[in-house]
Amino acid sequence: MYDLLPIDFLTLLTFLPLLGAVIVFVIPRGRENWARWTALGFSLVVLVMTIAVFYNVQSDPPGPGQWAFEEQAEWFPQLNASWHIGVDGLSATMILLTGILVPLAILISFETKERVQANMALFLFLQTGMLGVFVALDMMVFFVFWEIGLVPMYFLIYLWGGENRRYAANKFFLYTMAGSLGLLLATQLIGLSVESFDIPVMMQAWPNFTGSSGEILGVDASIIKYYALLGFTIAFLIKIPAWPFHTWLPDAHTEAPTGGSMLLAGVLLKLGAYGFLRLAIPLFPTEWIIRRELFSLQYNLVDVLGFLAVLGIVLGALAAWGQNDFKRLVAYSSVNHMGFVVLGLAVAALMYGTVWAEQNNKWGLMGDVAGVERAEATKTKVDEVYPVELRESDRDDARIALNGAVLQMFNHGLSSAGMFLLAGALYHKAHTRDLRRFGGLWDIVPVFGALLIFVSMASLGLPGLNGFVGEFLIVSGSFKAYPVYVFLSLFGLLVTGIYILKGIQKLLHGPYNEEWAEYDRTEHRLEIERREVIALAPLVVLMLITGLYPNWVLDVINSGVVRFLGG
Amino acid sequence: MDINWFHADYLPWLILLFPLVSFLVIVLFTSKNTVLSQVVGLGGIGVSWALSMVLFVKTVWAADPALGERVYGSSLDWMSLGAYTFRMGVLVDPLTAYMLLMVPLACLMIFIYSVGYMRGDAHNSRFFAYISLFSGAMLVLVLADNLLLLFIGWELMGFCSYSLIGFWAHKKTAMEAGVKAFMTTRVADMLMLVGIGYLFLEARTLNFRDILYNEEMLHHLASTDAILFGGSVAGLVGVLLVIGTIGKSAQFPLHTWLPDAMEGPTPVSAMIHAAAMVSAGVYMVVRMFPLLSAGADFHHFDYSTPMVFMGLIGAITALGAAVLALGQNDIKRILAYSTISQLGYMVAALGIGAWVAAVFHLINHAFFKALLFMASGSVIHAMEHGEHHAAEHGHGHAEHEEPDGLVMDYVAPPNDIQRMGGLLHRLPVTAITMAIGGLSLAGFPLLTAGFWSKDEIIAEAWHGMTNDPFPLFVLLALVVAAFLTAFYTARMWLLTFWGQPRTPAAEYASLGTFRKQWVVWWNKRGWNKDVKLMQEPTTARDRLSFAQMETPLIILAFFAIFAGFIGTPVYHALHDFLAPTLLEEPLKIDFNVLPMLLSMALALGGLALGWWVYAVKPLRQDEVDPTEKALGPGVWEMLQNRLYIDILYRRYLLRPVEWFSVNIVIQAIDKETIDGVLETIAEAFTWLGEAFKRFNTVVIDGVGDGLPRAVGDFGAWFRQVQSGRIQQYLLYVTLALLALGTLFLVQVR
Repeated sequence: MYDLLPIDFLTLLTFLPLLGAVIVFVIPRGRENWARWTALGFSLVVLVMTIAVFYNVQSDPPGPGQWAFEEQAEWFPQLNASWHIGVDGLSATMILLTGILVPLAILISFETKERVQANMALFLFLQTGMLGVFVALDMMVFFVFWEIGLVPMYFLIYLWGGENRRYAANKFFLYTMAGSLGLLLATQLIGLSVESFDIPVMMQAWPNFTGSSGEILGVDASIIKYYALLGFTIAFLIKIPAWPFHTWLPDAHTEAPTGGSMLLAGVLLKLGAYGFLRLAIPLFPTEWIIRRELFSLQYNLVDVLGFLAVLGIVLGALAAWGQNDFKRLVAYSSVNHMGFVVLGLAVAALMYGTVWAEQNNKWGLMGDVAGVERAEATKTKVDEVYPVELRESDRDDARIALNGAVLQMFNHGLSSAGMFLLAGALYHKAHTRDLRRFGGLWDIVPVFGALLIFVSMASLGLPGLNGFVGEFLIVSGSFKAYPVYVFLSLFGLLVTGIYILKGIQKLLHGPYNEEWAEYDRTEHRLEIERREVIALAPLVVLMLITGLYPNWVLDVINSGVVRFLGG
Repeated sequence: MDINWFHADYLPWLILLFPLVSFLVIVLFTSKNTVLSQVVGLGGIGVSWALSMVLFVKTVWAADPALGERVYGSSLDWMSLGAYTFRMGVLVDPLTAYMLLMVPLACLMIFIYSVGYMRGDAHNSRFFAYISLFSGAMLVLVLADNLLLLFIGWELMGFCSYSLIGFWAHKKTAMEAGVKAFMTTRVADMLMLVGIGYLFLEARTLNFRDILYNEEMLHHLASTDAILFGGSVAGLVGVLLVIGTIGKSAQFPLHTWLPDAMEGPTPVSAMIHAAAMVSAGVYMVVRMFPLLSAGADFHHFDYSTPMVFMGLIGAITALGAAVLALGQNDIKRILAYSTISQLGYMVAALGIGAWVAAVFHLINHAFFKALLFMASGSVIHAMEHGEHHAAEHGHGHAEHEEPDGLVMDYVAPPNDIQRMGGLLHRLPVTAITMAIGGLSLAGFPLLTAGFWSKDEIIAEAWHGMTNDPFPLFVLLALVVAAFLTAFYTARMWLLTFWGQPRTPAAEYASLGTFRKQWVVWWNKRGWNKDVKLMQEPTTARDRLSFAQMETPLIILAFFAIFAGFIGTPVYHALHDFLAPTLLEEPLKIDFNVLPMLLSMALALGGLALGWWVYAVKPLRQDEVDPTEKALGPGVWEMLQNRLYIDILYRRYLLRPVEWFSVNIVIQAIDKETIDGVLETIAEAFTWLGEAFKRFNTVVIDGVGDGLPRAVGDFGAWFRQVQSGRIQQYLLYVTLALLALGTLFLVQVR
């Protein structure tokens, strides 16, 4: 049915928002409402298309080595780069998330009064950037869209942000650019080495690539690969953001306009985690799991990644607890929640490497995983220490963890967007985010209060709502691989409870607030507006549905996970 | 698909659905209308109760040993995980059926009581929404066929209790108590979550039947080594699950939230203490008992790690909480500690393998504790009324200073039993029903439900005593606790209802009306001639409220007596009914007269001591409580301060972590270290940029000053080219093309 269109469906999906951006941008001054509604219209059309993509992947999940909606066209032959796009279960979920969140962010941004056309156009432009990353199957395409996504967000913060917006926008831009630099270099290195930028080709060729006589560019291949891995990983860790690369996030979030915060937290952070799944893990199976030694302490990079995840979970939660600015509190909660995603990714990386080593008969590498000395590591020996059934069982565990990680990405997209929407809704009316100045608002803003409690509980991971399912799967799936990390991260979960309750308490509870009641009567209604409720409603419904029946999204994720950690 | 929703396989879905639907309806549609919200709430739980009764009858009808093997239930695909599919569903076996007898009934009573109790509150709709969700969550937990769904109900209840304890959120104490309850139970819940996760990894399922009815699975879990801490998987998972119960059922050392949970409206206390929440903790460990006892043969006094853990925690809690209950003056706080203590009994019973006795006590306790709490709510209501009245007549002040935040030894005046006395005549229905509840709690021999279940636990401990020191320890703790329970119950009731009013508030305390017949009947017999009739004007609406508050008390009083007769040593219908629930046939111990005599002696002894101290010569105004005198000021103070455990947690756990997060995580790490390093880098680059600029101005500009001038001159000359005349442009283009063409030709050649 999709072939009826003259252009390939996925390409159309990617560039439709861009077309919308151009149209909205040239709408003349004085017609601000046209711009708003046109932008919303475009984003809704895109939403329908993303649902179609998701539905298609759901009903017919692509098998191993296949891609749904795959399209390959000549693009940059001089570079061996082509316009290669396609989706699987993992990217279909992220595409759906993007499709859902952009219209809501645009609807929230109706409150913008200055340079409306530019504002709306930037949101659509941003959507093209995000969708492009999720559909890309070519490294150059991936990189181009990765960078494209950066620009509109920079301007959204810089032009429509809060008081300290310049500092925040610059910090955001420079931080991410610093990461992109490594990403670009590593990309070039790999692309030139295997003479292709095609991701499926690279996934096949690069892990086995050792250059001529074990050297790349005259340096030992393993060292080069290690640095290439760092290039990828740091870029993605900054984006996620994992500890200790997270300090741009609170500033960017606090200063960004509400719609910008929603997309930043909802989708842009997922780009980093998605980068791991698409590139950083599949390209470096050996490097992640090879045993290294530092001061006679044996470790591998997956351990390090998992440790950073735990630090993010615990320290992110503690930092959120200490905040008095509502938006900063929510921003730090992202560090906390994305930490769980990273933990799931670490387990997935470990298992991806193990499966790869097994399939490629790298028994020395398998020995590293099983804890056998490199010299003695043969198939027999490894099978004895780490039997096949145990490997199978561990792979099932890793699938659980990775399912959880991707679901957590989706869930965090919903709940963090919801939290920022609510934080922004209040800030827009009260012009302050200082929690110490609030309290006792519930009787003044009953609807806002109820919604805040609901979304907070989803964010806290209350069973029955979406957040719980992902966290449970990650905790469960990671337990055997990293029991100590899981116990440590529980402390983070505990503190999650504290900061969420702190937010609710400082805003809603306490004696009836006469000061704000007066403000509510005389200056500005504090209660959430109808438009904001409409923007929040889809998120609330999705949080509930995902909590009660996660399989509507989980079976698509699972199809992607099985492909990813396939046999 | 054709589903008969009234078949016993599908009926559970409807039972748990109705209260949840009421919650949604109230939140979305009727939140503006109090009466409508109450009707929706009552309707939801009412239908749910009726359906539960249908299901209960069906199960009892079908009760034969085969029901242990085939149970009612249905499920659906819930999560796809790799090659596995996680199914979510409901299950009804005898244990569930027995819970269904109690939970919806107790909830319904609490709802009816709440209509009267919450009259006039501005947030009635919100209250009914929350308790509907609360009861719905409890039903989810009871009907779940797997541990994950149970956990969903478990945590939802945690949320509801947080919201309801802090229901009067304008009070700082209530707000703090709610947070305390949520966070304390969350400590345990997080560990329990890991336990569930680990079990899921090892068993690849969380379905009760697949794990607990499966010898092979249990053996596998008991014989596989755990990944941490040594011991078996079953042991580690078991201990983690028991920790969940310690939090939820308020066992030592996580019991601190329950006494503060009294900040909520009284029906909530009844809900938490009886129908839901704390019962859930015990229910879960009963449900998981085959796993907890896996690998150990406790019939022959070989106990598994989780069992010993439960036994020790339960025994310590039963005794410790009973001691703490002695030193309280707040009527609700006494009841709170008695709940903790009684739950300790159940947990200890599980520790020695007496799971049937534990369930029996769980249900009986729920009935009489719901009764006691609601009765205490009536007393508090009456005392509040009395305070107002006394203030109007110029005796003392009704307005009292509320403490700012939770203060341990603060007792709100209407809750203070020292300020009561003589309420028997003013609240006869409450007094008598509360007496029945109290006697059941104390275990008054042969007549009350509490006696039979407590006796069964003590008998089981007695049975094990001679063979192993562990049951002996449990027995000793429980025996002392039983005696103390009888005594503090007597103290509470007698100080409240007996003697003469000790304050003006107590003198005027009433639910707004007197039972005229009661006083007439009392006077006719020539007792207490000085009981006077002080009729006050009441409206029909008032009388309705009092009826709504008193009817549930009477119904529950019935159960507080008669719920026990199904499990006596001679007639053990309950034992036979529940036995097939779990894989293992529980041992039916032979009737032994010694433990029964011991139970009787303990209950009667405690009650008699209470009578002797507080009834023979009732406490008068300005007299010091004999218990306080007997314990001495040091011990009394310690009890009032809850053995300083709360202070310890606050000072040495909570405060340091908060300090760490503000000063270390945010300030030292994020601001100073990470951003500090980045700013240093930024400054270095700025400095470098400045240096280059300097270099430009000094070196390059100095040398190349001529160059810009030359460029400028060239520009001025070149400007003439841009004449704006098309012909001229064409000429240039042609020239350029010619030049390029020539170049190209040369190249090609």
